[in-house]
This record gives sequence, C-alpha cells and structure tokens, in this order.
Amino acid sequence: MRLSYYPGCSLQGTALDYDHSVRETCARLDIDLVEIPDWNCCGASSAHMTDHEIGLRLPIRNLVLAQEAGHDILVPCAACFQRLCAADKAVRHDPERWDIESYNPGMKIIHISSLLASDGFLERITARVRKPLGDLTLACYYGCLSLRHPRITGAVNHERPETLESIVRAIGASSVSWSHKTECCSGSLTMARPDIARKLVGDIIAAARKAGAAAMVTDCPMCQANVESRQLYNAGEDPPLPVFFATELIAAALSGDYPKKQQKVHLVRPDAMTDLFPNSPTEGTA
Amino acid sequence: MSNNAINPEKGNKKFLNKLESMKIDVHACFQCGRCSSGCPVSDFFDLQVMEVVRLASYGMEDILLKSKTIWLCAACETCATRCPNDIEIVALMDVLRSLALKKGVTPAQPRIPIFHRSFLDSVKNWGRTYEVGMIAGYKLRSGDLMGDIKLGLDMFRKGRLGILPHTIKEKTEIRAIFSGKGKEYDR
Repeated sequence: MRLSYYPGCSLQGTALDYDHSVRETCARLDIDLVEIPDWNCCGASSAHMTDHEIGLRLPIRNLVLAQEAGHDILVPCAACFQRLCAADKAVRHDPERWDIESYNPGMKIIHISSLLASDGFLERITARVRKPLGDLTLACYYGCLSLRHPRITGAVNHERPETLESIVRAIGASSVSWSHKTECCSGSLTMARPDIARKLVGDIIAAARKAGAAAMVTDCPMCQANVESRQLYNAGEDPPLPVFFATELIAAALSGDYPKKQQKVHLVRPDAMTDLFPNSPTEGTA
Repeated sequence: MSNNAINPEKGNKKFLNKLESMKIDVHACFQCGRCSSGCPVSDFFDLQVMEVVRLASYGMEDILLKSKTIWLCAACETCATRCPNDIEIVALMDVLRSLALKKGVTPAQPRIPIFHRSFLDSVKNWGRTYEVGMIAGYKLRSGDLMGDIKLGLDMFRKGRLGILPHTIKEKTEIRAIFSGKGKEYDR
C-alpha cells in the first residue's frame, strides 16, 4: 500500500518522535509513505478561527500538491486531519470559489488510527508483535479534531470511538472504560491561558486515574504535549500520567524495543513503558 | 439606550445577512442548552454558548464582539456536534472572531488573538510553523515574558523545540494566501 504523507508542523517540532514512530510503524506494516513535496502548514486552529479565507486556502494548497501523486493522504495529526478534511469539503462543494480547475474526488484523507484500526492492519499488527504490552493499562484519549465535527471528519462513532481501543488490544495491552476520551484539553488555548489548560487536563487525568489507567494513549500531537505538560509543576498532587502515541506503542511492540531516545522526549517519566522493557538495548530509533 | 442593551428591533441586519449567506442558521435554536452543558470551557465564559447563539439571532453584534467567550472558545466542536438543529456554532464563533479583528474591537482576552497572530506570522514567514519564533513573537507582543519558562527549557532540553525554522520552497504562494485578496474580504 502506498500513501501520500502529510506530517504537519508539530511532527517536525514538539512531536518529532511521533513522526519517527509513524514512519517506523508504517514501514513494519508494509505501508509505503511518500511525503507530499513542499507541503505547508494547514493553518491549524489559529487560521480558521481568525480568517476564513486563509483558514481554507492554506490546507487547499496541500490538497493540490497531493493530487499530483494521486494517492490517499495519511495524516497523523488530528488538527491537520480536520483542516485538510474541511478544505477537501470546501473544494468539492465549489471548486471555482477556490480557484481549483480540476479536483480528484477519489482522493481520501485518512487519519492514522482509522487506517491502523481497519480490517487487515489489526490482524497484521497482531501477527507481527514481538513483545506484547500485556501489563499496560491505558486510557485511550482521542481529544477533538480527529472526530469533530463528524460532518467534516466523517467519523461514525464520534462520541464513543473505538479505534485506539482496538489498536491497544492488537498489541496485547488493555484499555479502561472512562468518561473523558473525547473531551477537549484546550490545546489551542494552552499558551495564552495555561490556567484553563491545567483545569481541563486535571479533569481528564483525574478521570483516567479513577478508571484505573496507568497511562494514556493518543493520536493527537497537541493532546500529547498539552496533557503531559499541564500536569507538571503542580506540587503535592498524585504523580503525573505519561501520554504515549499509539504508533509509539505499536513500534515498541513490533520491534521488541523501546529506545532510550524515545523514552527521553517524554515530559512525564514513561515508567509504565520502560518497566516493560528493562533491557532496552538501543540508543537510537530502530 | 446604550450599545449593550439587548433589543432585537435594533439588530444588525448586515451581520444577520452574513450569517445567512454562510448558512449559519442561528434562528433554528430552541434553547435546549446542549451546547452549553457540554462546553468544556464554559466555566470561564462571560456568555454561555446558547446565549451567543440567541444574541446572534437578535443581531446583537456589538455585545458579542466585546465578549470573552468568542476568544475563550477552543473550537473543539462539541457544541456544534451535539446541536439537535445542526447550527454551525463554531463557524459562528469564527465569524465573530474575524469580525472583531477586522473592526478593531478591543479583545476582552487580548493574549489569545496575540497568540493566533504570532502563530500565523510564523506560517506567513516560513510556510510552516516555527515554534521558537512563534513563542518569542507571542512573548514580546503579550508581555508574558516569564510564563512557562521552565516548561520551555524542559521542552528544549528534551529536544522538542528546534532552533531553526523549517522553510518551504514556494513561499511566494504562501505570501499570496496572506495578501488579503479573496472573496471573503468583501464586507
């Protein structure tokens, strides 16, 4: 299987390790990724929140670049996924309005978890696991933008998605039933209003802990950074929970290794994983 | 009567026409409150989401543009997803935010539009987000110099903040997108 790949800006910065684990996971599952040449920022929340025209023209440029290759587009970032889907919808509705001469209606935009949780790939993951993550109990955390608005994302179970849970099962770990899996962590406000982010993250973490989770797993780079960072520097509370990327766990289960380089990027100590890999042999990514 | 009085008779027709042209049907609201009860940020709002929708249907643009709510809304789409009348509430918030900026209304939460501007300046300059540049721009403009310093240093130490920007080749195409031309700027 060959897909166009849109990493997005976070995966070149705060979530660089997410890019690495996506590439490794895909390579191990025989998914060939071709990065969209000269892709630009999708505009994220800031563009559509303040300027409708820029908010759509930024992601539209990427769709135009991608359609030259003609493959479906794989997007690991929830925000990028939502913005590319919104742009796709706008262009299909009225290509002329957006100065698009011809548009390939067959091109699909796919978020990473939907791909990996689809039939065929789950079985392939299970069959290729070298190290099942049996002792790991996870709260699957989706956040907002890979799901909402379903009119944009096409999500079916937007209130109670199951893709991460099925991935967690495939790598031999277990997941809890809990209340906050699609609650917003306020990633777009975290820099300007850290107090709000701390409140929302606190509620999410409390719910995960109450349900018995030792860690969280997500597929959104803003959620990962925001939920780990807004638990820090709060003296006197319970120890913080680490937040893993789904592909980080898959790559570890498939390779049988949880590299030091991957462990080191976590703002919260990833003990729940390092305990499973006491002899992590390598320094670099596999 | 002051600008802050709620009076549907004095509703802003131009504003209502804009919402109609964008298919944001605020008149469909029957005030069930699902938007407000599900909103994760509502504790911090000065107007609840259901109030925003009702005030919009009255054409009360001035009150809305001065509110904290339009800036504190995180665009998480929970409200719009749960609205039984399919009202595009996040699109409404987007319209309100861009109108407030275009009309130069003093934002009730100034740091939030400063963040958006810093983010977009970085995209305009490089074609991609340059996190360190964006953070520096935000801090200088907002005066929030010390906030999250410890976090920033920890992120840097862990290799999560690159020093150099990632730039794209066709930056002229990005500049054109930011040039202010386009059908959206008619109003």
